[in-house]
Amino acid sequence: MAKSARPRAANPRSSAPKPAAVAASVSDVSAALSSPVEDDATFALRSLQQSHANNKRYDASDAELLKFYEQMVLIRRFEEKAGQLYGLGLIGGFCHLYIGQEAVAVGLQSALNEGHDSVITGYRDHGHMLAYGIDPKVIMAELTGRGAGISRGKGGSMHMFSTEHKFFGGHGIVGAQVSLGAGLAFGHKYRDDGGVCMAYFGDGAANQGQVYETFNMAALWKLPIVFVVENNGYAMGTAVKRGSAETHFYRRGTAFRIPGMPVNGMDVLEVRQAAEVALEYVRGGNGPVLMELNTYRYRGHSMSDPAKYRSREEVQEMRDKHDPIEGAKQELLKRGVTEEAIKDIDKKIRQQVAQAADFAESSPEPDMAELYTDVLVEKY
Amino acid sequence: MAIELKMPALSPTMEEGTLAKWLVKPGDTVKSGDILAEIETDKATMEFESIDEGTIGELLVSEGTEGVKVGTVIATLQGEDEPAAPAAASAPAAEPAPAPAADPKAQAAAAIAPKHDAKPAADPEIPAGTTMVPTTVREALRDAMAEEMRADSAVFVMGEEVAEYQGAYKVTQGLLEEFGDKRVIDTPITEYGFAGIGAGAAMGGLKPVIEFMTFNFAMQAIDHIINSAAKTNYMSGGQMRCPIVFRGPNGAAARVGAQHSQNYGPWYAAVPGLVVIAPYDAADAKGLLKAAIRSQDPVVFLENELVYGRTFDVPQLDDFVLPIGKARVVREGKDVTIVSYSIGVGFALEAAQQLAEQGIDAEVIDLRTLRPLDKETVLASLAKTNRMVVAEEGFPVCSIASEIIAIAMEEGFDHLDAPVLRVCDEDVPLPYAANLEKAALIDAGKIVAAVKKVCYR
Repeated sequence: MAKSARPRAANPRSSAPKPAAVAASVSDVSAALSSPVEDDATFALRSLQQSHANNKRYDASDAELLKFYEQMVLIRRFEEKAGQLYGLGLIGGFCHLYIGQEAVAVGLQSALNEGHDSVITGYRDHGHMLAYGIDPKVIMAELTGRGAGISRGKGGSMHMFSTEHKFFGGHGIVGAQVSLGAGLAFGHKYRDDGGVCMAYFGDGAANQGQVYETFNMAALWKLPIVFVVENNGYAMGTAVKRGSAETHFYRRGTAFRIPGMPVNGMDVLEVRQAAEVALEYVRGGNGPVLMELNTYRYRGHSMSDPAKYRSREEVQEMRDKHDPIEGAKQELLKRGVTEEAIKDIDKKIRQQVAQAADFAESSPEPDMAELYTDVLVEKY
Repeated sequence: MAIELKMPALSPTMEEGTLAKWLVKPGDTVKSGDILAEIETDKATMEFESIDEGTIGELLVSEGTEGVKVGTVIATLQGEDEPAAPAAASAPAAEPAPAPAADPKAQAAAAIAPKHDAKPAADPEIPAGTTMVPTTVREALRDAMAEEMRADSAVFVMGEEVAEYQGAYKVTQGLLEEFGDKRVIDTPITEYGFAGIGAGAAMGGLKPVIEFMTFNFAMQAIDHIINSAAKTNYMSGGQMRCPIVFRGPNGAAARVGAQHSQNYGPWYAAVPGLVVIAPYDAADAKGLLKAAIRSQDPVVFLENELVYGRTFDVPQLDDFVLPIGKARVVREGKDVTIVSYSIGVGFALEAAQQLAEQGIDAEVIDLRTLRPLDKETVLASLAKTNRMVVAEEGFPVCSIASEIIAIAMEEGFDHLDAPVLRVCDEDVPLPYAANLEKAALIDAGKIVAAVKKVCYR
């Protein structure tokens, strides 16, 4: 998928000793007693960041950019509709919208091999599913708790999966998807199928202990995984600076020798370019990368969050000046794509989302027998 | 064509709210994301955003109105160039908060609960003339893993000290040598992390066997065992499976104190979506671990450190697999039934021997699988003996014993000639001092005393 060749990132572990088959030798142990020697890993850890800084934006064709625009609009309109259906009482429980963060899932996943590379995320999962080509109808029907939903109405907004697309959820426990994602990456390596896993988590989840347990093993075993921190500024209602001692999340892999890169998550082309750099490194067998995608969610944490922890002006500023969809639209116009062509896309997406909503409202609730199915796979 | 803007539900429980403030007036042009109004719910003041573009038509509910029902039309919006935004077209009639389920209770009652008709298969017949090989439980477990690893390249073993050290309790002895470090993997000390990696690998189609050095340490990983492994199949509507085995020693060892001495059988057996196995002897350990590795379901396989070194006969067969979910009558008797599992079976058999000398003929049942529980075997024995004692090396409160007693009450009441008694560990954290530890744990003598009680002897 890599569009153009670029200088191969240095392997930060290239100078590290090969893992010993037996216990550390006496010299290893005694070496540790003397003061630590600065090796070139310190520099190499920043090599991807450098590589990204040198060439920030993906050189998309018009068709590609139109596709990105279309996918982002799909997510935006889908989520707005979900919010509306929630307001009408058709969607219950927790419902976390992805509005504002569209460029992240679209930019990153456009660089993956859909159906081959694995994707896993937390509970704010609708956007990642739409970006991986999963039918909006069955997603919306899951939100309304219908039998035709992707989880037969038994999972809901936070628990959706498509093994066919290699989208592995949809996990409601904050941070759990990070170690599960490393397990998926372990599977790619075990089978030697060339696949990678992209594991998304938020700035809040980045403070869970298991994330660092996972970083350690992923780096130790060189698992093919891209860790993606979607830093939207708030862990529910807690601003990053109130919850994190190190607010630059891309640096958080340093202790495990995982190279990091900060990315503007409001620009789909920058996101895509960063994905190219990260994936080339990971596919090269070098182990994990930690990407920090700086983004913003326009809505509350969930539908019942009044978002009083930030000002209306802050939200408006992001909408007005950094909106990823507006940004892509301006880029398209600048390239000479007509207003009409863009409007056609908008119209098409509105229809698609309306159809998904109709389907989700009109299809029946799960059969009562579904209550007892799928508890165990086998009969004992 | 006007779009009807309805009073939104802004929390999972909201039924009505106060329209605190309008931020737009008729004639205002709005676009998606603009704040139209502030609405007070029982919990907070929320902003009501527009999702459509257009011009505000009428405001139908005035500022400050309290008790506005969810679903009430509060304003209209004139769409711009696109007539009849699909929002309005597809929205249901202005019924407040349409709750799709008419009467969940009635529907649930009408639902047909699955009958427990899938009778577990009986243990396979062991052909006459089969050589019985004296084997320790430790070796039997290792053999089970080795056989399944030979048969299926998706099976791998992961845990602390399982490879180069050969297992903290030597259960994985020799596996590294035969299968290499790709399939026998030493982890750092990081239970939560590697339980999650194992569960993720299983979701991706591999068949991990995750060893916990003891199940006490699995407390750090219990989130993945329950929330990730056990619930995935259900939450995905049967789409995504998690065929994983979590195994290791469970229950009290010897003189290791409270943090290293606990039976988690009742914990895991309480969770739908898990299979929980706790064998006693070597043949069951082997046959059931092989079945566990083959299962498409997540299995918690509870071993016992004190039993690892005990030797039992194991049939020398190419592929000795036992059915999950099937208890075994390990000693037949007619006067009383002793139900137990894991190390408790040893105490129960010892007690039965002592009782025989006193003229009481006890039947001993080894549950072997704690979930799904083989009620039929327990109830059939109760129908025969009419008296029952449950022996369990574990805390008494909310235990497997509690569950067996409930089953006896609910489904075997007419067969009971005496209350069912439980013999469990004392209801205290396990003490270190030898005399206190002995007093806290079950033994044959305590089972004998309870049996005599239910036999009115």
